[in-house]
This record gives sequence, structure tokens and C-alpha cells, in this order.
Amino acid sequence: MSELLDLVVVGAGPAGMAAAAAAAAGGLRVVLVDSGTAVGGQFWRHPPEHARSAIPTKDLHHGLRQYRTLCDALAAGQAAGRLELRLAHHVWSVVRDGDGFAIHMVDRRDAPREAATILRAPRICVATGAYDRQLPFPGWDLPGVLTIGGLQALLKGGGVAAGSRVVLGGTGPFLLPVAAGLAARGVQVVTVCEAARPTGWLRHPGPLLRNPGKWLEAAGYAAALARHRIPIRPRTAIISAEGGARVTSVRIASLTSDGRPRPATERRIDVDAVGVGWGFVPQLDLLIPLGCALTTSADGNSVIAVDGGQRTSVTGVYVAGEACGVGGAALAVSEGRLAAESILADIGAPPVLGRQRLAAVRAAVASQRAFGRALGLAHPVPPAWSSWLTDDTVVCRCEEVSAATVRSACSDGGAQDHRQVKQLTRAGMGWCQGRMCGPAVHCLTSHERAYTPAERIVATPVTLGALARLDEQPSTSHE
Amino acid sequence: MSHIVVDGEPLPFTEGQTIAAALVAAGRVAWRTTRINQRPRGVFCGIGVCFDCLVTIDGIGGQRACLVPARPDMTVTTEEGDDE
Repeated sequence: MSELLDLVVVGAGPAGMAAAAAAAAGGLRVVLVDSGTAVGGQFWRHPPEHARSAIPTKDLHHGLRQYRTLCDALAAGQAAGRLELRLAHHVWSVVRDGDGFAIHMVDRRDAPREAATILRAPRICVATGAYDRQLPFPGWDLPGVLTIGGLQALLKGGGVAAGSRVVLGGTGPFLLPVAAGLAARGVQVVTVCEAARPTGWLRHPGPLLRNPGKWLEAAGYAAALARHRIPIRPRTAIISAEGGARVTSVRIASLTSDGRPRPATERRIDVDAVGVGWGFVPQLDLLIPLGCALTTSADGNSVIAVDGGQRTSVTGVYVAGEACGVGGAALAVSEGRLAAESILADIGAPPVLGRQRLAAVRAAVASQRAFGRALGLAHPVPPAWSSWLTDDTVVCRCEEVSAATVRSACSDGGAQDHRQVKQLTRAGMGWCQGRMCGPAVHCLTSHERAYTPAERIVATPVTLGALARLDEQPSTSHE
Repeated sequence: MSHIVVDGEPLPFTEGQTIAAALVAAGRVAWRTTRINQRPRGVFCGIGVCFDCLVTIDGIGGQRACLVPARPDMTVTTEEGDDE
């Protein structure tokens, strides 16, 4: 492709696919980068193109028509020579570079070998999505306990179920497709523990009523769960897991209104795998170091603040999808389209969407964001979740820091946030850089403020060898 | 079916699976022990965020098994003192 780039889109999930496709359709020269081996992100995760016949996943997906439309649009962009797709490329840093940005990445198409490479572009659209939010509980570090996203990724990406008898727990609608997907592959899903009460939605009926698509989606999963006789237990949580080399059982309990286990409601269930997820944490690693302004989202996360056209506070940086607030794939696609329209407008290029269609996309974004807000409010992290922790529960998995140690850093050490706890205890200092324990440590220290992840200068590990070889390589540039 | 070699033993995989998916398909959910408490670990987040699934591949350490696609004859070394 041409050496002259107009836009780099990071992340080829629903938001990034939509943004890249629309920008290419609008005549821009676009590179779409993703760490995975296929487009689709987590929501439309697929095995690599060449392996699809061996690993059937069609029945595990929702909104595949939209996915195929976006794939066709990307293919059209590629055919027109305006779009280049770089899969298996991990972006580890974006820095200002003259009037634009240098996007540092490692090419891992030949993994485990990797090669560093840099793209330069006057503007970027970051659509890096989110990952499961986790709350520690005794035994959550046992093998066989996975995030629900992990169970889903193994199913959709590899055609593998991580267990044969599973209990799922946490909060939020994502529990449902994971349960349905596992059941479709013959896994016995004993029960789904949903910590929220169903009446939480009644406080915000408007957004639910204005998003009939979400109703239908939820109803579809509910029907699948009913077909497989999987009970959903509201106001219930997995409060511990037991086992040795692998998890063998969980304890579930009904919760009081603030999320404490109700006495005498505990029940033990034999399992060989467990899935947990408490909503999502947006992936902001590339955006925080750029200085993009943040705002607070209803689900307790700090997210990137955007204007009505997905522009961040930093000129030339646009965000679409979960990084500016968790709201699901349909919202992400709409935001991706809006971002592309803004980029075209800011360059002075003619729009892709007509006036009416643009208004429709804006209206969809407004309605779906309201839905996302209602979702965050209806499925909160239970205020008293930490009552499940025992002193020796591991909170930071990497550095193996216990709940007692974190608590003592707060009570005796005077730590007021997760950064100070990290300095005192090493919680969040290991391989994952606090991605797993950060929200939980944050909750243990400060209840009022939104969770803002630590600034990570390197968003993904990169070897010094790969960086050393960088100097000799040409890189695509807009200059 | 193609194979990778895990700690000297052949392990079958389906084209398109990651190393982690191939291990899970064979019934293994842990293949590493933690540094401090010697606890067994394996796949947790499944999408490259948690780093619990680290293995050495073709002699290169610190690889996330959940991200790297299995390729025929790839050599995978898990840590000593595995969960088994």
C-alpha cells in the first residue's frame, strides 16, 4: 500500500472494523491493526480464516450478518488499495510524532518470534475494547477457574470447552451467551449466579424499552438457557472455590441487598470448571499516556471522554467502542461509523453517510449509550463483595499478595488508592501490571471514585531484541 | 491431526487452535507453578491479559499460550514442578 497513510485504527473488533471500513469507503488510506489472528475482536472472535471448517463457531455468535457486512466492507477497502489489515500485530505504545503519531507495534505473525515495527499517521482511532472485570474470592486462583471471557474465547476461537460441569457467576448479561455457548457444546452448566436483582432494570425502564434489539438478544439466550434447563439464580454469588490441582467445587450463597452472603444459604456444588465476570474494564493503555481526558462511567470505570463525534481531548485521537464506555457491539459499530465521519469531516473530505443516515447513527448511539448506562447501574459490583475474602485470599495473582496484606497497607500503611497499595505491597506490579487485580484493589481502598488504571508505558511486552532490530527497518509513513 | 511437542510429549491440536486451546482440549488447565507459593496456574483470562498461561515456545520464554497459534512440531516447555 501507499507510503502515505491517513489513519491507523487500533483494534479490529466491532468498533474498529466499522471505523476502518467507513474511513476507507470515504477515500482515506487506512491501516487496521489487531493482535488477533482474525478480525472480529472478542465479540466476533473467530478461528483464523484457514481453520474455520475445522472449528465451527457459527451457532455461538450473535449479529453475524453485521459481522459479514463489515468483513465485506473491509475487503472492498483492501481491493481498492485503501485499506491494509495487519493481524497478529500488537501495538505497545502510541506517541506523538511531529503533527501526528508514531504507532509502535510488534509483528507476531511468526510467533514466538517477533519483529518491532512503527507506523506513522496524522491521526489514530483507538478501538481496543475491554476485558472481564474480576473480583477475587477464595480459590479464584485454582486451575479451572476462568474468566467468562476466557471460557468464551476458548469456545469461539478454539472450539474447546474448559470443563464438563460448570458454574458461572458474577453480574451482567454477558453471563448468558457464555452459558448458552457452553451448553451448545455439551457442557453441563449447573447454574448461573447473577449477583444483581432483576428489579434493578425497573429503575431505568426507558433505555430497555428503546432498545428492542437488546430485549430480543436477551430473550434468545434466556430461551436457550431454558432449553438446556440452566437455572439463573438472581442475587446469588460464587463466594469460594475449592480444589487442589484443579477446582472441584464452588460454594454459592444468596446475597443481602449490599452483597453480603446471607447466613445459612450457602450451597456446595461439584464442578470441574468455573467462569466469573463482573462486567468489563475498558482497555485504555494506549490512551492514558497520550493524555486523553477521562470521564466516569456508570459501571464504576474511568473511560475516555469523547465529543459527539468520538473525538478525544487530544487532537487527532479518536476513540470508538468500550474504551469510551462499555455498551456492547451494536454501540461499538455505531461509534466506529461516527468516528470515521468525524475524521473525514476534520480532514475536509466529503462524508460517507448522508445527512439522514448520520442522524440515525447519532440517535442509535444516544439510545445505546443510555442502555449502557442503565446496564452499569443495574449490574453494579456489590458494595460488600469484599466480605467474601479471607485473610489469605490471593488478590494480586501475579505477585501473590493476600487480602490481609492489601488491607494492612490501607489500615496501617495509610494507602489511599491502588497505586499506593502497589508501592507498599507489590500488588499490581507483576506480569499483568494490575489488569486483573486493579479494580479489586481500587474497591478495597476507595469506594467513591471511579477506577482509573495505572499508566502503563508499555501496553504489551516487547523484547529488547525486537527493538534492537528496529533501526534497520523501513516503516510506513505519512511523510 | 498435527502435533506440538509439550515437555517432550506429542500433543495433538486442531489447525487454528492456540497452544492454550490445545492444552485445554487435552484436559490440562494448569501448566505452571507460581514463584512464591508454588501454586498451579494455567489459563485464566484466555485473551492475553492476565499472563497466567506463560510457557516457553521454541526456546523463547514468557509466551502467552492463549495467544500463540499452535503450529506443527512447535516445542513447548512448561515450568518444572508442574501441577501433575
